[in-house]
Amino acid sequence: MTTKKEARARRALFGAGSYHGTGILLAVFFLAPFVITILSSFRHGTEARLPPIPPWPTNGFSLDAYRSLDSFGAGVWQHTLNSAAVAIGTALLTVIVSLLAGYGFSRYRFMFKNALFVLIIATLMIPFQSILTPLFIILAKLGLNNSLIGLTLVYVTLQLPFSVFMMRNAFDAVPKEIEEAARIDGARDLRLLVRVLLPLVLPGIVTVAIFAFLNSWNEFLAALVLLSDNSKFTLPILISAVRAGRLGAIDWGAVQAGVTVMSVPCLFVFLLLQRYYMRGLMAGAVK
Amino acid sequence: MTLADSLSRPTRRRRPKRRSQWKGLLYIAPAMVLVIMFFILPVLFTFWMSLHKWPLLGVPRFIGLNNYIRMFSDTRFYSALGFTAYYTVIITIAIFALAFPLAIFVERQRKMVGVYRTAIFMPVVVGLASASLLWVWFANVDSGFLNPLLAWLGIVDLKTNFFASFDSAFFIVCLMVVWKVAGFTMIILLTGLQAIPTELGEAARIDGANRWKRFFYVTLPLMRKTMALSLILSVTGSILAFDQFYIMTAGGPQNKMISVVYYIFNQSFVSFNLGYGAAMSLALLVILVLISIFQLWLLRVGEERA
Repeated sequence: MTTKKEARARRALFGAGSYHGTGILLAVFFLAPFVITILSSFRHGTEARLPPIPPWPTNGFSLDAYRSLDSFGAGVWQHTLNSAAVAIGTALLTVIVSLLAGYGFSRYRFMFKNALFVLIIATLMIPFQSILTPLFIILAKLGLNNSLIGLTLVYVTLQLPFSVFMMRNAFDAVPKEIEEAARIDGARDLRLLVRVLLPLVLPGIVTVAIFAFLNSWNEFLAALVLLSDNSKFTLPILISAVRAGRLGAIDWGAVQAGVTVMSVPCLFVFLLLQRYYMRGLMAGAVK
Repeated sequence: MTLADSLSRPTRRRRPKRRSQWKGLLYIAPAMVLVIMFFILPVLFTFWMSLHKWPLLGVPRFIGLNNYIRMFSDTRFYSALGFTAYYTVIITIAIFALAFPLAIFVERQRKMVGVYRTAIFMPVVVGLASASLLWVWFANVDSGFLNPLLAWLGIVDLKTNFFASFDSAFFIVCLMVVWKVAGFTMIILLTGLQAIPTELGEAARIDGANRWKRFFYVTLPLMRKTMALSLILSVTGSILAFDQFYIMTAGGPQNKMISVVYYIFNQSFVSFNLGYGAAMSLALLVILVLISIFQLWLLRVGEERA
């Protein structure tokens, strides 16, 4: 009897051991590249071209890699600012536009309502990679070529199918009685939307904002095509230029610093708002 | 929804219908303007451009279907299509081969499972460009981490340049993409796994089905819809691959790693054959819409049987 119990306990312990062993191994595989890159980026300038063995700074903590990254383009601050402006601008505009559209689609009746909704969602089927050439020309005609505003507008458009869908669902979930009550109290239209309904659809807004921020912060091809002026480059374009090398030599320290600057905000936003991110993912998957 | 609408309408104070129509349109107007301006118009414009010889500067000249004739006889376009198809097949298999076991691993609610899920998912939230840059350094022969690691494990020579030959460079790119994307596919598959009622597995176990039988005859058939979705996401994503080849291999040894999007990019924005680029973009668009339609069909088939 006792031996049986012991055997079961031993098996459970072994099971838990192999479970956690596998888990830790997987976590290392998926996280180690980040940890090694971030640690390596703080090595001394003389170590930058050496393999990261060990990955942490051995000659003391140093910002050399960031200093040399700063010597590319218009300086790392300028490019971080470009990326931040585009990403935050995209998030804000996407929220505003999809909030209004989601409200309109959820609460109003008008001609071609369903057709227009399907039209917005259907753009998901068309990859933006296939319309970059005309986009380039249309933006030039509008005087928005090589401009961060033009790029932001393109990014907002790319976010709309997902965001409008999310926001319409968010409004659909709000009981109509709340609106009726607010109407009786005299709140109408935009005031009703902002004062009464906005707090109720806030989780949807956060989800929409996170996806808009991350996608536009990380986007590469459109930025590569639509921005031609060096000082306008967003971070991914800058760092890929660093990787391409200068005078035949590649400054790997600057690449490590660049990857750190690009990925840390994403990891931070994700860890902070994981719940909302996963909600968006599930909504997309279930749809 | 519609029932609730029609029930609640009589109690509501009737307002002039036309006014509310205009209001609704007003709310969706900004979204519509953006979608028309930066999506519908470009799609139509792609077609128009594809009928022209369209240089960056100077006047476009109408040349009818010549761009399409050129496309069908362009061997480099075919090799780009071929390479893209090859990449799509390999990477999709690789992603699923890892993501499925991962999804099963993190399915049950156990201690630390949230931590493991989050760790596996982390690479998904950084950009493909960041991941490419990270791994191109990682796999660099002089300054990287992979050579010392693999040499220490005795797998390769310390001085192996991964980016010198097609196969090893392709392997590194795939390794990066799997590392970056597996967590995403894992989560999608996880939603499918968790939607399966546990009673079904229990019933099969009582009926004497072993673990593998349960997986093949209970789990897999019930996951058809989720599988179709993640499969299509992976396939369409891979067909549009660009960042990893541009950043990591710059087209690869002997230009063997030029994907379709990369080739269109080169024709449009390096050689400035914008009209020809538009024709190929339209071909790509048709291919992807066909795949999307196939996806919808696949999903519908799954629905009917479920």
